[in-house]
Amino acid sequence: MLFSLVVFGALSLLTPLLTRLIGRRVFLVIALLPAAVFGWLLTLLPEIVAGGVVTERVEWIQALDVSLAFRLDGLALLLSLVVTGVGALVLAYCTWYFRDDEPALGRFAALLLAFAGVMLGLVTSDDVYVMFMFWEATSVLSYLLIGHYTGRRESRGAALQALTVTTFGGLAMLVGLVLLTVEGGTTSIAELVANPVTGVVGEWGIALVLIGAISKSALVPFNFWLPAAMAAPTPVSAYLHAAAMVKAGVYLVARLAPGYADLEVWHPIVIALGGLTMLVGGWRALRQYDLKLLLAHGTVSQLGFLVLVTGFGTRDAALAGVALLTAHALFKSALFLVVGIVDHAAGTRDWRKLSGLGRRMPVVATIGFVAAASMAGVPPLLGFVAKEGVFTSLLEAGTATADGGPAAGWGWLALVLAFLGSVLTVAYSVRFVWGAFWTRPNCAPTPLHREPAMVAASPAVLAAASLVAAFTIPFIEPLYTSYADELPGPEEYHLALWHGLEPALWLSLAVFALGALLVWGRAKVARMQASLPPLIDSGRGYLGVVSAIDRFAAAVTTAIQYRGLAGYLGMIVLVFIGGLGVSALVNTAWPGSVRLWDYPAQPFLALVMGIAAIAAAVVKQRMTAVLLVSVTGYGLVLIFGMSGAPDLALTQALVETIVLVVFVLVMRRLPKQIATTHPPVHRFGRALIGALAGTVMGVIGFIALGARTAPDIVDGLAERALEAHGTNIVNVMLVDLRAWDTLGEISVLVAVATGVASLIFISGRTGGAPRLDERPNRRNRLRPVPETASSIGGARPRLADVEGESDAAAEAAATRQTWLLAGRTLSPRRRSILIEVLVRLLFHPAIVVSVFLLFVGHNAPGGGFAGGLLAGLALVARYLAGGRFELGEAAPIDAGHLLGTGLLLAAGTATSSLFFGLAVFESSWFETEVPLLGTISIGTSTLFDIGVYLVVVGLVLDILRSLGAEVDRQQEENELEQNGAETEVRA
Amino acid sequence: MTASLTLVVLMAVLFGAGITIMLERSLTRVLIGFLLVGNAVNILIFLMSGAPGLAPLLSDGVTADEISDPVPQAFVLTAIVINLGITAFMLALIYRSWWLARLGEKGDLVDDEDDLEEEVEEAEGLIRSSAADDLAIQELIDASDEEFEQSPERPDEEVRP
Repeated sequence: MLFSLVVFGALSLLTPLLTRLIGRRVFLVIALLPAAVFGWLLTLLPEIVAGGVVTERVEWIQALDVSLAFRLDGLALLLSLVVTGVGALVLAYCTWYFRDDEPALGRFAALLLAFAGVMLGLVTSDDVYVMFMFWEATSVLSYLLIGHYTGRRESRGAALQALTVTTFGGLAMLVGLVLLTVEGGTTSIAELVANPVTGVVGEWGIALVLIGAISKSALVPFNFWLPAAMAAPTPVSAYLHAAAMVKAGVYLVARLAPGYADLEVWHPIVIALGGLTMLVGGWRALRQYDLKLLLAHGTVSQLGFLVLVTGFGTRDAALAGVALLTAHALFKSALFLVVGIVDHAAGTRDWRKLSGLGRRMPVVATIGFVAAASMAGVPPLLGFVAKEGVFTSLLEAGTATADGGPAAGWGWLALVLAFLGSVLTVAYSVRFVWGAFWTRPNCAPTPLHREPAMVAASPAVLAAASLVAAFTIPFIEPLYTSYADELPGPEEYHLALWHGLEPALWLSLAVFALGALLVWGRAKVARMQASLPPLIDSGRGYLGVVSAIDRFAAAVTTAIQYRGLAGYLGMIVLVFIGGLGVSALVNTAWPGSVRLWDYPAQPFLALVMGIAAIAAAVVKQRMTAVLLVSVTGYGLVLIFGMSGAPDLALTQALVETIVLVVFVLVMRRLPKQIATTHPPVHRFGRALIGALAGTVMGVIGFIALGARTAPDIVDGLAERALEAHGTNIVNVMLVDLRAWDTLGEISVLVAVATGVASLIFISGRTGGAPRLDERPNRRNRLRPVPETASSIGGARPRLADVEGESDAAAEAAATRQTWLLAGRTLSPRRRSILIEVLVRLLFHPAIVVSVFLLFVGHNAPGGGFAGGLLAGLALVARYLAGGRFELGEAAPIDAGHLLGTGLLLAAGTATSSLFFGLAVFESSWFETEVPLLGTISIGTSTLFDIGVYLVVVGLVLDILRSLGAEVDRQQEENELEQNGAETEVRA
Repeated sequence: MTASLTLVVLMAVLFGAGITIMLERSLTRVLIGFLLVGNAVNILIFLMSGAPGLAPLLSDGVTADEISDPVPQAFVLTAIVINLGITAFMLALIYRSWWLARLGEKGDLVDDEDDLEEEVEEAEGLIRSSAADDLAIQELIDASDEEFEQSPERPDEEVRP
């Protein structure tokens, strides 16, 4: 079983490739697979008929007791034979149905083949969840196949309708299945049927599962999606929407009937909805012009019939039900394939435009006639045999009173519904044959294209099977009874073409007579149909529901996410205040004791920081606000430093400085004043929301402290740290004990750096900061032209002035002693010799200290983060003192290379331990005595920290390169353009 | 565990001020608010160490009982560095939006004046588009229904199989 499913999957994946090679002939190749499986299944037939069961089981998710369990019994084998047999024929038919230039032919073939495999899995799996998985997969494949013509509106609409309806049902079914399996204590379908779940849980579970079944089989009120699905290519309609997928619901009903038919919810759903569907579908089929839609509504009707019969719950009804299922699969797929041929030959499926096809396409007409006759239940065809069985079994149930079987009332009701439905079936079968093939006197013969003869092969086989099966029914019946005997009832009745003059035969004759009456009086019928409002128009109901949901979603979205970012943020904060505020109010765990402060300096520090924060909310000037925020940041440095967190203090100090610089770099380009026009939330409202949020947050923090009862987390960490050859616990945690976190974090940093660079660089983010020899307007490396002064110096000089001035400035620059490599690229007005000297003196020591911090980090404050930030800060200093070319000279390296190397190093040390048989991130050390320095311990965690260092340096470099150097360049370009424009205007 | 009330209050003030600023329209202000909220949250995490002790460095006979809880410190340390990255990223976003829009004085404002109308219109468009797909198939199906007025001649009786 599993093997054939795997082959189905593999061949589906190969199919698009094959299609590219051999075109539409690929269908013949892939048809061999279901044909082969069909043959293999036939070899199992004797064993199954003898009462055997073929099972296969591969453990899958043991924690949930879900396994890839497959079970072939009579019912599963019958369905598998239908799925693979009809599948092979439909695939073969496609060879002549499509042309080589059909768009997306490879995708279509692959999907159709995959569907055959999934359907096979659905009917053979024994685990409810595996079955459900296949169930949903058929929905998805059906969606893709219905939507084959992606360019057509109706195709997309139909595909989405089918998907929405069937997955809605699938969701209900999943809940039902969970109820059943939890209550039943097993996920095996066979066991759930053998030991049915009863009681309230069983009733609800089965009701939900039946919702899934009737949505899949397009029963009322879900009957609208199946006619819509006729937007699919005809082979899809023949296979998915007649023979296979829609039978999944019928299969499930048949599968569960032996265990659950006597539940209270069962008969109302199965018989009432099944019978109603049969009438609604037949009634609607009787007024169709489009032959394919006629068949579609007919299929809805027949599916209702099938559910009614297979779900009835007696042995004879089940026997008749599976016979009807086979008959329907044969005749309905043959009819669809015939319509496909007619459509292609005549270019239309509207029978008002068809005339004289019967005479000119005698073979196709014969096939259509035989299949339609089987649909109408005409002897000597399988449809007749099955319908006789249905009438007999329902009569039996109606007349049997104290048999222990289902109540007699259900039997009579089912019989009446089936009888009326059959009358409609006869009438629309006649309409089909007459509409498709008859010659209409006042209609010119329809012009026809010649179709390849082979296209009729598949429907011919299917129609012939309807005939042959009727005569060989004694040989087929044992397969049916191996399933039907699971249900209660005397095992006497046999399917046969001729039972003698018994009530079922009279019923059949009455059906034909009434059907003929409908046909004879069809003018009256048509008038009545047109004048009556549609019986069940759930299609419009669906549209209404979907559109209402859409509108509701749109209304909610616009109500909640109104007024842009600020409004949406406000809404989130309000929900936060409401939700957590309420939880805080009902809280009981307050801290036992309260300390006002840890040390006397703390309140003063807090006061300054608090005032700065509030001031930041009030001031208008952006730069002032940034500086005030920095006050809180540097305040944090002190708090960390005085509370035993030197690592935090160090890192916070470095980060705060870099953030401040970066902020200034960007702010110098933006307007100074913060615009305050039309604030989305009023000033007072904002302050109120902020105050409430702060209060809630404070209370939560207070409660959290009180709620903590466990001993300190620090327990045991000290020993672990020493084990990891480090005495700085924080650093050991970062690079060893919790290295996964850190790896994740530096990955984020790499992503952020890449994001910053790609936002600023319009095209291409690779490369380092610009080097001296890359300057666009250089004349001579020794006598560079100074850059024009930026707008910081007030009114900008005109271009002519700059040029005149620049020569002199360049002379001055060239003769001056250069402290920084690119210092001479700056305008003399922007240079500060003092800063250049300082930076020159401090840069290299800073780099040395940063490396020192990196290596002592394991035992003292420092580490990769602090070291990397310090190195970054040194680069910041070089850039601020010397401009963008200075940055390129200071770090002549691609920031991306730094980031990549760092990440590679960190990830490499994480995984390299695997090669030595250790776990990921398991550290190892190399210790040695070094003169002067003492014992040096280099571990994999040190390498990891070097990776962190490189990533942080890369991040800072990328930020400077983008927000500093590139922003400079864009500004200069901008100014040059403006100056150029001014010059032109003057000229 | 006891709490330092001063730090709790400080955290609340920073958080409240940050949220207040974040609710403004200017993206730069949103970022400033974000920084304040970030600092507030770092204090909150740091608070969870309880009473401060010695630095978590195990040299010179320091025992595990005397040091501050290092776990919040490790969390806060990564948070600080991530804050740097996010700040840079948001600054790049702000600059980019200004550069692209060249809106001058109002460069870093988020649009919101016509937002409501635009969003409603957009939603309407989406609803219309999906409804049009559904209607297309519905019309196709309805078109096949026989109307009495157009009803053609009656089929012959002998057609019945």
